[in-house]
Amino acid sequence: MDLSDEIARVLIPPLQRVQSSKILRFTLGFFWCLLHLPVSIVHLGSYLIKQLLYYMISSGLLQKYQNLQLDKLRYLAIVVESEEAKNTTKIKQLLSWLSSIGVKYVTLYDMEGVLKKSVETDLKSSENPSYLEGDSVGYNKMEPVFTETDVTNALKAVGHGGPDPDLLLVYGPARCHLGFPAWRIRYTEIVHMGSLRSMKYGAVVKAIYDFSKKHQNYGS
Amino acid sequence: METQRENSASNLLGGVWCFLRKCLFFVLSFGPMPNHIAFIMDGNRRYAKSRRVKQGNGHRAGFTALTSVLQYCYEMGVKYVTVYAFSIENFKRQPDEVQSLMDLMKQKIDELLKEESIVNKYRIRINFWGNLSLLSEPVRLAAEKAMASTARNTGPVFSVCVAYTSTNEIMHAVEESCVEKRGRIRKGYNNGYKDESVQADNKDSVISVTDLERHLYTSDCPDPDIVIRTSGETRLSNFLLWQTTFSHLQNPVPLWPEFSFRHLVWAILEYQRIYPYLEQRRTSSKEKN
Repeated sequence: MDLSDEIARVLIPPLQRVQSSKILRFTLGFFWCLLHLPVSIVHLGSYLIKQLLYYMISSGLLQKYQNLQLDKLRYLAIVVESEEAKNTTKIKQLLSWLSSIGVKYVTLYDMEGVLKKSVETDLKSSENPSYLEGDSVGYNKMEPVFTETDVTNALKAVGHGGPDPDLLLVYGPARCHLGFPAWRIRYTEIVHMGSLRSMKYGAVVKAIYDFSKKHQNYGS
Repeated sequence: METQRENSASNLLGGVWCFLRKCLFFVLSFGPMPNHIAFIMDGNRRYAKSRRVKQGNGHRAGFTALTSVLQYCYEMGVKYVTVYAFSIENFKRQPDEVQSLMDLMKQKIDELLKEESIVNKYRIRINFWGNLSLLSEPVRLAAEKAMASTARNTGPVFSVCVAYTSTNEIMHAVEESCVEKRGRIRKGYNNGYKDESVQADNKDSVISVTDLERHLYTSDCPDPDIVIRTSGETRLSNFLLWQTTFSHLQNPVPLWPEFSFRHLVWAILEYQRIYPYLEQRRTSSKEKN
C-alpha cells in the first residue's frame, strides 16, 4: 500500500489544481457524463423490457399472471409522491385496479397529506385522541419498563394504529418510503413502481405476483 | 528471489489499481457524493450454500467483502458507513450458528483494533448500536473496548448495528426521553420551581420529536443517503426505519460476499441520478418543520 500512497501523493495535487481551471472542469464533467452513460442505457433497456412485459400481462398472454395467489397479501399500502397525488383520477383508477384484482385492504399515504384531503375514504380519524392511563408507567420510584407492545398500543390509542402492510408500492421518481409510518414497515416488501402518471395495470399485477412468490424467514 | 520479484510485481499492480480507483473516484466526485451509506449485509448463508461450503465460511467471506467496501467508501470520502450485522430476530437462529457468529464478531473486532488495521489507517471511530446487553459477555466487552479506544478518533465513522432492531431503538429512545423528562420535572419540583428552565406545566411535560431523536442511537450521525440491501430482497427488516425517510433504497441482486467495487460505483451513480429529487424533498420538508 505504500507504493500506491506514493503514486497518489505525487499525482493527486495536480489533479486538485484541475478543479480551479474551467476547461479542465469541463473535461472532468465530460468524463462524469461518460461514466453515467452505461447507467442510462441500462435504465432505458430495462424500461423497454418492462413495458413489453406489462403489455403482455395486461393482454393476458402470460398464463402465470392470470391467477394471483392473494392469501399472503392481507394489507397493501401505497406511497405516492405528493405532487403526483393531486391527480385523483389516477388514484381512483389504481384503487379500482386493486379492487378488481381482489386486494381487500389498501392504505394510501403521501408526505404532505394531499391524499387525505382529496380522496374520500372510510377511515375514521379520531378527533379526540385518548391517552393511555399511567398504570404501566407509574409515578413511583421504579423506572418504567417499556416494551414494544406499549408503543404499539400507544400508537393505536392516538389513532395511528393500522395494520403492518405486507406490500408497499411506491409511486414517484425514487424508491424511497418518504416517511410512511416507521413502526409499520418493519418487514414490508417495498417495490418501486415508477411515476403515477405512467402507471400500468401489468406493473401492479407483476408486483403482486412477485410478492406472492416471496419467502420471508423473519431473521431466523 | 522469485518470491521477492512476485511481491514487488503484485505491489506495483496493487499501486496502479489503487491509483486508477482514486482517478475514478475523482471523476465520480464531480457529482453529488453521499455522506452516509448504510448496508444490509444479506446473503452470506446463500453464498455458502451456492459454493457448497460451511455457513461459517459464508460469514467470513462476508467480512472480507465488508473490509474492502469500507476501504472504497473511505477512499471516496464517504464519512459515515453503517452496517446491519446482527438483528435481535437473528437470535432465533440455531444456537450453534448464533454462537459461531458471536465468535466471528469478537475475533474480527479484535483484529480491527490491531495496529496495522484499516481502523488506524483512517482513524476510524467505531460505534456499536443496539441492545448490547443481549450479547454474550466476551463480545459485549470487546465491543465496548472498541468504542472506548476509538472514541477520540477524528476520521470517518463506522457504525455496526448488532442486537439491533429499529423498533427496539425507537422504544429505547421513548424510554430514555421519558426518564429524562421525568428527571427534569422532578428537579423542578425539588427546586420549588426556582429553576426557570424547568416548569411543571403541560407544555414542558410534552416530549418533542427533537427530544426523541436525541435519544436514538444515531443522534450524532446524519440520516443515510443510501441504504443498500444485497441479494435483491426488497424489505428493510427493521433497520433504521425512522432515519430513512429520504434515503434512496437500493436492492442490488448480488449476494453480500459478491458485492464488490463495481457494484458500489453503480450504487453511487444511481444515487447521483436521483439526488436532485431527494435533495429537493429533504429541503422542502425541513422548511415546513
